[in-house]
Amino acid sequence: MARPMTMAEKILAAHAGLEEVEPGQLIECDLDLVLSNDVTAPIAIKEFEKIGTGTVFDPTKIALVPDHYVPNKDIKSAEQAKIVRDFAKKQGITHYYEVGCMGVEHALLPEQGVVGAGDLIIGADSHTCTYGALGAFATGVGSTDAGVGYATGKAWFKVPESILFNIEGELAPGVVGKDVILHIIGMIGVDGALYQAMEFTGSAIKSMSMEERMSISNMAIEAGGKAGLIEVDDITRAYLDGRTERPYTEYHPDADAVYAKVYDIDAADIVPTVSFPHLPSNTRPAAEARDIRIDQAVIGSCTNGRIEDMRQAAEVLRGRTVHPDVRCIVIPATQLVYRQCMEEGLTDVFLDANCAVSTPTCGPCLGGYMGILAAGERAIATTNRNFVGRMGDPTSEVYLSSPAVAAASAVLGHIGLPEDLD
Amino acid sequence: MKFKGTAHRYGRDVDTDVIIPARYLNTSDPAELAKHCLEDLDKEFVSKVQPGDIIVADENFGCGSSREHAPIAIKAAGVDVVIAKSFARIFYRNSINTGLAIMECPEAVDAISQGDTVSVDADAGVIVDETTGQTFTAQPFPPFIKEIIEAGGLINRTKAKLGK
Repeated sequence: MARPMTMAEKILAAHAGLEEVEPGQLIECDLDLVLSNDVTAPIAIKEFEKIGTGTVFDPTKIALVPDHYVPNKDIKSAEQAKIVRDFAKKQGITHYYEVGCMGVEHALLPEQGVVGAGDLIIGADSHTCTYGALGAFATGVGSTDAGVGYATGKAWFKVPESILFNIEGELAPGVVGKDVILHIIGMIGVDGALYQAMEFTGSAIKSMSMEERMSISNMAIEAGGKAGLIEVDDITRAYLDGRTERPYTEYHPDADAVYAKVYDIDAADIVPTVSFPHLPSNTRPAAEARDIRIDQAVIGSCTNGRIEDMRQAAEVLRGRTVHPDVRCIVIPATQLVYRQCMEEGLTDVFLDANCAVSTPTCGPCLGGYMGILAAGERAIATTNRNFVGRMGDPTSEVYLSSPAVAAASAVLGHIGLPEDLD
Repeated sequence: MKFKGTAHRYGRDVDTDVIIPARYLNTSDPAELAKHCLEDLDKEFVSKVQPGDIIVADENFGCGSSREHAPIAIKAAGVDVVIAKSFARIFYRNSINTGLAIMECPEAVDAISQGDTVSVDADAGVIVDETTGQTFTAQPFPPFIKEIIEAGGLINRTKAKLGK
């Protein structure tokens, strides 16, 4: 009988071919998927080529998603994207996504059924932890780890301790997954889960849509977390069934699994939340941020660029127009979300409100392009980081929020709530 | 590995966006990245850093993005070793994998001031503040991590394992 284990421990043990693992143990695991993008893949490819295997371990288990500076921002970005494209062709990579098919990687891969429950995934992108919402152990790594992953299909891990976040009760109307994760990061800090796996549970999580769960797992890294897992339930199964290209495996935590810490959170205590510059942990209730005037609103990203996020933003923007001093940029995260926005009439809502609607890209979230801030400018964004210079000039500021708060703020010209509009 | 240089002292949560801003991530050329190292935290850093210098910082150094451009930029700027109270997980991995020496030692960080001359014996884990004469011992690496460092990084270790 193996020791009682958490979700993270079970998935890692299974991929290391071990009956059990314990926190602190260093193990080598077989990977189900190795992901990288147009920023991280060029270095990964260079490192891969040094190893000398010539070919990748399995061309069906590598995902290459150019999304950060694509459609190409400039000549240098075009060269980077070309390295990735050429490599994908040469190696016969089946999960390469060209402009016109690509989306923001962490919205795209779940949507396309490339990732599923029980998978062990490394991605040369820190927000790879998003797939924890599907019941996978997914973690961000650097390009060298990805390059070794291309060659061998393996990676080394230190088995992390797990911490449990038990969110019980009902969220107030207008409070969404994004508010939950901002609340948690505000509570534990940007290194509150350093080297640890976060596991989210409780009735508030169990009644949440997959989109909201993905927003939560997506930002585990902003608390320093190695992964952000949510147990598979009927909502997960309804999302995965008929979608995943491989059979998936459910790993449920044992009732007596050991957690380094358990946080009990009352869902009713969570309010619409905004992270002030320059750390995601610098949170305040949105209701206390009304004096912050904004120049730009960005609605999109791997955190909040999915269809439900678009619907929440559109509901606020319907029949209204963006404040004349604000640029509002809406970026559906994938081609499918873009099409759904059109079919549901959301694109018309955005255009009627004077929003700019863009093809999928990470662009403004990391200060790449498509909405860079000038010195001293302020943006509210549904993205995940508000570090110094994150969206442009080092003196610009980013405030993080849910789609509804960002949309309301775009109309108001300052940070505010949807109810302020009536 | 032994290093000696001037300490550049920073606070906590030095994120990878300030280590190398994303506006420069349209290239992966180390020399190009080095020109902008720590630009959004300390505009003067690039002009004052000398080969062999040491970065000393508080908790959670390298938090944020997975960009390996961060340890690459630091190394290419001439810094041999980063001493911090703690490192963000991905940065820690990336440093080990790419051969940037890192050391966790809260006591040394508290004692070292901006501009101090610091010498480091990375293998023994010994840090000496030559300016004040104080000596510190860093957390030792687990044997598995040591193996990667001794192999000269993850690529070399992988090559050796595969017999390439």
